[in-house]
Amino acid sequence: MPKDSSIKKVLVIGSGPIIIGQAAEFDYSGTQACRALKAEGIEVVLINSNPATIMTDPDIADRVYVEPMTITVLKRIIEKEKPDSILPNLGGQTGLNLAMELARSGYLEQTGVRLLGAKPDTIDRAEDRQLFKDAMDKIGEPCIPSKVVETLEDALAFAEEIGYPIIVRPAFTMGGTGGGICATPEELHEIGTNGLRLSPIHQVLIEKCISGWKEIEYEVMRDSKGNVITICNMENFDPVGVHTGDSIVTAPTQTLSAPECDMLRRAALNIITELKIEGGCNCQFALKPDSMEYAVIEVNPRVSRSSALASKATGFPIAKVATRIAIGYTLDEITNDVTGETCACFEPAIDYCVVKFPKWPFDKFVYAKKSLGTQMMATGEIMAIANSFEHAFMKSVQSIELGLETPTLDSLGELTDEQVAEKLNVCDSDRAFVVYEAIKRGIPFDVIYKATMIDPWFLSKLQKLAETELALAECGKNGTPVDETLFRTAKRQGFLDKTIRRLTGAEVPEKLHASYKMVDTCAGEFAAKTPYFYSTFDEENEAKRFIEERNSDKKKVLVFGSGPIRIGQGIEFDYCSVHCTWVLKDHGYEAVIVNNNPETVSTDFDTGDRLYFDPLTEESVEHIIETEKPWACVVQFGGQTAIKLTKHLTKLGMKILGTSADSIDEAEDRERFDELLEKCGIPRPQGHTVFTCEEALKAGAELGYPVLLRPSYVLGGQNMIIAYNENDVKEYMAIITSHVDMTNPVLVDKYLMGTECEVDAICDGEDFLIPGMMEHIERAGIHSGDSISVYPPQNLKQKIKGTIVDYTGRLARALNVVGLMNIQFVVYNNEVFIIEVNPRSSRTVPYISKVTGVPMVELAVRCMLGEKLRDMGYGTGLYPTGDYCAVKVPVFSFEKLHDVDTQLGPEMKSTGEVLGIDKSFEDAMLKGLAGAGYSLRQPGEGKCVLLTVKDADKRELVDIAWQLKDMGYKLYGTSGTAYYLGQNMVACNEVRKISEAHPNIMDLFESGKVDYVVSTSSKGRIPSRDSVKMRRKAVELSIPCLTAIDTARVLVKCLRSGRTLDDVDLIDISQI
Amino acid sequence: MKAFLLLADGTVFEGESVGATGTRVGEVVFNTSMAGYQELLTNPACFGQIVTQTYPLAGNYGVNDIYSESNGVKALGYIVREVCDAPSNFRSKGTLGDYLAQQGVIGLTGVDTRSLTRILRGHGSMNGALTTEYESADALRSDAALMEKIKSCRVENAVEQVTVKAPETFCEGGCHAAVLDFGVRRSVLAGLEKRGCKVTVLPADTKAEEIKALAPDGILLSGGPGDPADNTAIIENLKGIAALGKPMFGYGLGHQMLAIAMGAQTEKTARGHRGANQPVYEVKSGRTYITSQSCGYAVKAGTEQNAGAHVSYINANDKTIEGLCYDTMPCFTVQFYPELNGSTADANALLDEFVTMMKGGC
Repeated sequence: MPKDSSIKKVLVIGSGPIIIGQAAEFDYSGTQACRALKAEGIEVVLINSNPATIMTDPDIADRVYVEPMTITVLKRIIEKEKPDSILPNLGGQTGLNLAMELARSGYLEQTGVRLLGAKPDTIDRAEDRQLFKDAMDKIGEPCIPSKVVETLEDALAFAEEIGYPIIVRPAFTMGGTGGGICATPEELHEIGTNGLRLSPIHQVLIEKCISGWKEIEYEVMRDSKGNVITICNMENFDPVGVHTGDSIVTAPTQTLSAPECDMLRRAALNIITELKIEGGCNCQFALKPDSMEYAVIEVNPRVSRSSALASKATGFPIAKVATRIAIGYTLDEITNDVTGETCACFEPAIDYCVVKFPKWPFDKFVYAKKSLGTQMMATGEIMAIANSFEHAFMKSVQSIELGLETPTLDSLGELTDEQVAEKLNVCDSDRAFVVYEAIKRGIPFDVIYKATMIDPWFLSKLQKLAETELALAECGKNGTPVDETLFRTAKRQGFLDKTIRRLTGAEVPEKLHASYKMVDTCAGEFAAKTPYFYSTFDEENEAKRFIEERNSDKKKVLVFGSGPIRIGQGIEFDYCSVHCTWVLKDHGYEAVIVNNNPETVSTDFDTGDRLYFDPLTEESVEHIIETEKPWACVVQFGGQTAIKLTKHLTKLGMKILGTSADSIDEAEDRERFDELLEKCGIPRPQGHTVFTCEEALKAGAELGYPVLLRPSYVLGGQNMIIAYNENDVKEYMAIITSHVDMTNPVLVDKYLMGTECEVDAICDGEDFLIPGMMEHIERAGIHSGDSISVYPPQNLKQKIKGTIVDYTGRLARALNVVGLMNIQFVVYNNEVFIIEVNPRSSRTVPYISKVTGVPMVELAVRCMLGEKLRDMGYGTGLYPTGDYCAVKVPVFSFEKLHDVDTQLGPEMKSTGEVLGIDKSFEDAMLKGLAGAGYSLRQPGEGKCVLLTVKDADKRELVDIAWQLKDMGYKLYGTSGTAYYLGQNMVACNEVRKISEAHPNIMDLFESGKVDYVVSTSSKGRIPSRDSVKMRRKAVELSIPCLTAIDTARVLVKCLRSGRTLDDVDLIDISQI
Repeated sequence: MKAFLLLADGTVFEGESVGATGTRVGEVVFNTSMAGYQELLTNPACFGQIVTQTYPLAGNYGVNDIYSESNGVKALGYIVREVCDAPSNFRSKGTLGDYLAQQGVIGLTGVDTRSLTRILRGHGSMNGALTTEYESADALRSDAALMEKIKSCRVENAVEQVTVKAPETFCEGGCHAAVLDFGVRRSVLAGLEKRGCKVTVLPADTKAEEIKALAPDGILLSGGPGDPADNTAIIENLKGIAALGKPMFGYGLGHQMLAIAMGAQTEKTARGHRGANQPVYEVKSGRTYITSQSCGYAVKAGTEQNAGAHVSYINANDKTIEGLCYDTMPCFTVQFYPELNGSTADANALLDEFVTMMKGGC
C-alpha cells in the first residue's frame, strides 16, 4: 500500500525532559520521524518541552512548540495548528500516554484527528495487565503466572498451583516494601502475612518467581499488510530481575540455540500480529536456562530504548521505517537505505558482536543505593561493536567513563577472597566487575553462577580476558618480555597499549594498527554503502578502501561526540556535535563522527559523512586518525569527554579547530587560570589548591567558612560541596580521596552567596558575540545545571551587564578563544566575580540558540573555519534582547534514585531540563514550572504548606510564607521555623520532626494535605539525617519540595499571578 | 595447529585448525545465519561444500543429538572466526570442535571471515582448498597440482551420496507421503510426522512405477545439494512421477529439478541465497515472508511458462523466482525451506497446504 495521501499535516509528540528511563533515544527516533515525514512533503508540527533536542530545531519540523506537555497545551496546539493526524509512538511513554489520553477522552474523534501507527485498543492490549494477559492467552503465549490475593489461604493455594519459588508483591507499598521471594510454604506464611499487613489495602500479588531465567528481547516490526520481521534479538548478561535498562546486553543472543531463537522469534511475531501493531515493537521474554520453557515479560508497542539500540546494532533505521509504515507504506515498498538495493522487508544479519553497557549516576551520588532491580537507574548507555564478545566488552568498559581500561576495579583488589565471594550475592552496579574479580581469583564458575545466575558462557568469556590480564601482569612481575601470541591475543581482545605497558612494565613489542569493518545489515552479503564502521585488529581495512573509493578532495574533519548521557553531560552536547557536523558538511568539508552512544542522533550513520562507533579513548581515536588522516578535528562540542582528548591529539600533531589545547589547559589549570585572571584584571572568589585534608583545613581557616570544595577538572560539579565548618571538610576529603584520582588537586574557594549569571559567547579570536545573558533564580551555591536560568536577566543593572560583557571580551581575547566559550559569574555586593570559564560548548547552547534565534554552533564552527563574526550578520558584543523571555527549568529523577538527598547544592543532580518561553517573565516561568512537572496547585480545602528552613533562610522566608498564607494555605513548620515566623507576625503551626513522637511530619504528609514543601538545610547528603528522610518522603509521595528559598519565591510569584496554561500564548519557536 | 584456505583466485587465509586434519577441496560458500551451525553443517544441501559462517562466533551452545538435519555433517569444511571451547546450554553434549573432529570435518578459525565473504560475494561462490598439511602460505600457493585440483573441482553425484540407500518408512498415519530424498532435512520429515502423516523416504532414483505401487497420497520432492541440471536421470524420472497426477510439493533442489523436467531452465544466481533472512514475496497475497535458504541456482525467469507453471513467490531482493505453481497438476514448489518466517515443524503453512492437498485424495 503506498503512502496515504490524505495525511498532510502531522503532530509529532516528543518525550519531554531527559529523565532516568527516558533519555536521548527519543530525540533520535523523533528526529528520524520528523525527517521521514518532511521527506514525504508532510507538514510537521512538533511539541517537546525539551530545548536541548535536535528535533526541536526549526529545520527538523515546520512548527516547533517547546511548551509544557500537558493535555491542555496539546489541545490548544491542535486547535491552533489543525493537524489531520498525530504520530504518538516515537516519543516514548510520555508521548504515547498523552496521545492515548486525548484519544480516550473522545477529543480526537470530535476533532477528526487520526492517530497514526497506534490504535488505542492496541495500546491498551499491550499495556493493560489484564487485557494483555487475555491477548496472550488467546494466542497461547505464556505470561508469568500471577494472582492478586487478599488472604494468606488464597496465597498458599495459588502458590501450590503454580509451584515455588514465588514472589510476594504487596500492593501500594513504596519500592516493594514487605515483599520477597519464598521458596517454601513456611516462607510464604511469614512473608505473605507481613506483606498483607503492610499493604494499605491488604492485597498482595503472588507471582511465579522466574529470577535467574535468561532475559531475551526481540525487536520486531509489522506493517498494515501484515508483513512481520525481526530486526534483532538481544540477550541480557544479567538474568531476569535486573531491569533491561540496567543490564549489560549483547546482540545477537549468544547462548541460545537455533530452536530456542526460532521459538521466541515466532512468539514475538505472533504477539505483534495479534496486537495488530503497525510499526515497531519490543518483546521481552524470560527463558528458563534448563528447558524450552519461556514466558512473555513485557511488550512495548512503540519505539523504545531497546529499539534505538537495535537500530544502531544492526544499521536498520527502525524509527524511520516505523514512521513510513505509519503513513501507509508497507515494508516491501521501503528500500533498505544501507544497501540501497534490497528492501526493508528483511531481517538484518550481523557479523559482529554488540555489547551495551549502562552508565549509572552512582559515581556522582555516593550515598545513593547502588543496588539494581526492577527499577531502572541508568541515565545513559554506551554500545560497543567488535568481532568477538571479549573485544566488545573491553570497548564497553573503556567507554563508560569510569576511568577503566579493563574490567578490573581497583577497589575490589583490596578485598579478601571471602569478601569477593560474599559480594557476588549483591546485585548492584559493580556486579560485572565483582564477577570479573572473582574469576581472576579462581573462584569456581559454579559458585559464581549460583550467586549471580549469569550464564557460564559469559563467565568463560570474562575468564579469557582475566587470563590475558593475569598473563600480562605475570610478564611484568617476572620481567619477561611479552611474546607475540600473547600480545596479539591481548590486542584482539581489546587491551590498550597503555594497559599492556602498565601491566608488563615494558614497551609494547610492536604497534598494531586497527582496521575498520562496515556495519551493513547483511553480513557482507551485499555491497553496502553505509559509512558506518567499527574497529578490529584484522588485516582488511574497509574504511580505508571506502575513503579511497570515494576519493573526495574535500578536507576531512573529525568531530568527537560526548559519550554516554549522564548527569552533567547530557543530550545538549549531542545537539552541538550534530550541528557542528552539519555545518562542516554545508561548508564543503567531510565530517567524520566518533561516538559510542547508541541513543543519539550523532550516531545515525547518515548524520556525518562517516561514523566510527568506537570508544573515545586516546588509543581508539589515534587509530581512527591513522585511517582517516583528517585535516583537523573538533573537540569543543563533545563535552568534557572530547576535551579530555585534546592533549593527546596535540601530541599526535593534530590540528584542533578553534581554541587551542594550550588555551583549554589555561582555563582548566587552576594556577594558570589565576595568572590569566590577574593579567586581565578580573576578580574571582579567593581560593587555594590543596592535595590533603590538612591543607584543606588550613585553606578553610584562612578563607573563612563557608568554602566551596571541588576537584579540579570537574564536570557537572561532580563531587563539589559547600563546607560550613571543619567537619564538612574532613568528611568531604575522605570521600573525595576514595573516588577521584588524586594526581589532580582539590580546589578550596571562598563561597560568595550572590546572584549567579552565565554567558555563552562565540569568539573568532578578535571579536565576540554574546547571543544572550542568563541570570539564575537560585543564588550561587547551587550548580548552574540545577538552577532555573532566565533569559534575559530580570534584575541585573546595566552597569553589571556592561562589566560582564567587558570581562567576557577580555577573557575571549586573552585565551584567544575561537569558537564557543561559557563563563559563569557571581554578582556579590554589586561586584562581578568570575567563577568558571569553559572554552567549549555548554549545556545552555541549544537553549540560547533557540530563544535568541542565533545559530550559535553554526557561527562557532564558521569562526573555527576562519570566518569573522563581523561578516556573519549577527553583529558583535551583546546581541540585542529579543521579544521573548525564557526560562530553563531543571528536571530531576529523584523518585528513581533511592537515598539521594533532593537538596540542591553545588553538585549537579538534574537529569534534564525544560524550556518555558513567553512574552512575560511570569508566563515563561509558569510554563517552565508546569513543563518540569510542578502541578501549580491552588489552595484547596484544608490544604497546607510545610516550611522548614535553615537559619540563614529564615528572614527571607517570612515574605514567602505570608504570601502563601494570604492565598489561603495553612502553614506548618518545624519548631525553629514556626517560631521565627510567629515572631514575624506570620502564624504557623508547629509540627514535630520525623524522629520525634507522632503525630509528626510523616503523618502530615500521609494526610494528603500538603501541597508544597519548602525545605532547606545547611547539611544534607547523609541519608539517615532527618531532613533528608523528610525530603525523600516528599519525593515518594510526589509532593513538590523546594530546596532553595529562591525557587520557592518564584513559584509563589507564579501561583499568585493567577495565570494558567489556558491563558498563556503558544509560541512557535521556529518563527524566532 | 595452523590451517589454510586457498581460493581458486590464489588468495590465502591463514588461521588456526579446529576439528579434523588433512586437505579438502570443494566449493567455498558463505552463510549469514547467526544461529544454527549444527543444522547448517548437517544439511545435505551443503554436501561437498566448504561453508563459511559470517557470524563470528560458533559453538556457543555446543552440539547435541537432536539438532542435526541428517545423519552427520555433510559439509566438507567449516570456516568461522571463533569456535567456542566452553559451550553453555542445557542440551549441549559436547563442543563443536570435538564434533567436527569426530565427523572428519576440517575447520578453520581465526580468519577474517568478513573479508572472505566479500571475496565470495563477488563470485557467488568459488572453489578452494582447506588444509592443515602445509607449513606456510607460500608453500601452499606454490603447489600447482593442488591449484589444478581446485580449479577442476566439481561435486559429482552429490544427490546419490546423500540420499537413502533403500526406502525407509516411519509412522503410521492418515495420509501417506512419499518423500523423494535428494538430501532431505530431518525437520521437514518431522513436520510431516507432526501432521500425522505416514512417511516413506525413497532413494533419489526411485522410478515412477515403484512410487505408483506404493500408492502414496502425495509426493514430496526434497531439497538437496549441487547443480540441478546435473541430475539428468532423476529429471527424466520426474517426468514420469509428475504424470502420476499425485499431489506434489517440492522445495530447493526438488523444486528446480521438477521445473527442468517440466520444461523450464535453471541458472546459477549471481550471489546465491544463503542465510536465514531471505525475503520472498508471495504473489497471491502480496505479503513478504522471511525464509531460510541455501542454494546457488534458480529457475530462469520466463522459462516457467514452458513448464506450464506460474510464479508464486519472488525473491524481494534480486527478483529471482522463488516458487512455482503448476497449472495442470496438483503441484506447488518453492526455492526456499518450507519454514516461512522461521516457523517450526509445528506451524508450517506450506506443509499444511501440502497435507491438505493430500487429504483431498485420502
